[in-house]
Amino acid sequence: MSGQHASSQTAARVRRLEERLIDAGLTSDDELDGIIGRLLSGASPANGARVVARAWIDPAYRERLLADANAALEELGLSMSTGPQPQRFTVVPNTPDTHNVLVCTLCSCYPIALLGPSPSWYKSEAYRSRVVREPRAVLAEFGLELPAGTGIVVHDTSAESRHMVLPMRPAGTDGLAEDALAALVTREGLIGTAAV
Amino acid sequence: MAEPRFAVGDRVRALPVDPPHHTRVPRYARGQVGEVVEVQGAWPLADDRARGFGSPRVEAVYTVRFPAGALWGAAEEHWVQVELWESYLEGAT
Repeated sequence: MSGQHASSQTAARVRRLEERLIDAGLTSDDELDGIIGRLLSGASPANGARVVARAWIDPAYRERLLADANAALEELGLSMSTGPQPQRFTVVPNTPDTHNVLVCTLCSCYPIALLGPSPSWYKSEAYRSRVVREPRAVLAEFGLELPAGTGIVVHDTSAESRHMVLPMRPAGTDGLAEDALAALVTREGLIGTAAV
Repeated sequence: MAEPRFAVGDRVRALPVDPPHHTRVPRYARGQVGEVVEVQGAWPLADDRARGFGSPRVEAVYTVRFPAGALWGAAEEHWVQVELWESYLEGAT
């Protein structure tokens, strides 16, 4: 079965569900379009990369980001309040001792405003069931071989918080400007399946 | 809402529940003992919201850290952090 086929089946099921809700007077097409439009407009991993680059060059910003990430986002004109309800946001920093990686084993929770729509593998049963159980092997399959001495924390997003990984700043980037640093950061780095 | 029952550093057990409705206790954590590493504030209980209750219980949510060796076998040395509502938990020693 092709992915295209699966996704059109899903789209048809979602549409039937929307029609039931609209018929019941619980919502309208306009309301749904508005919510989705606000959620996705400007939702991109470039937002997360901007936050990371600022944290790399400004230690005081990094401190504020780790203490209260929702407030630190507002400083850069970003927000986790574009969805149907505001979400608590935390940033978890990688260090030489600890590597962080994100998952939602129950479904597919993800910080869409900061990272854009999630990659299909993030929603796959294989990733969701394996990364909590054998993260070192899963990360190696992504091409990330962690030193044996680096511990791993897997964050299962099971409630109303969303998280983003703060990668370590790569060596040899001392001379780079903030924009150039942001360009180094990948979506996978923000999930924790890549180093940066 | 009442004061959070647990604090950072407390050991807690995720109750070995299997309710007939939506819940947010991952199966792999049920019955397992972990440590509270963060108190996230209070949120409407997902189970009540999923059942369409007009006034869902509002409870503290905790980030609980479980040793992977207990969840999956001694060979695994990582940590798994799960976010759990207060009524999913009991005190443990």
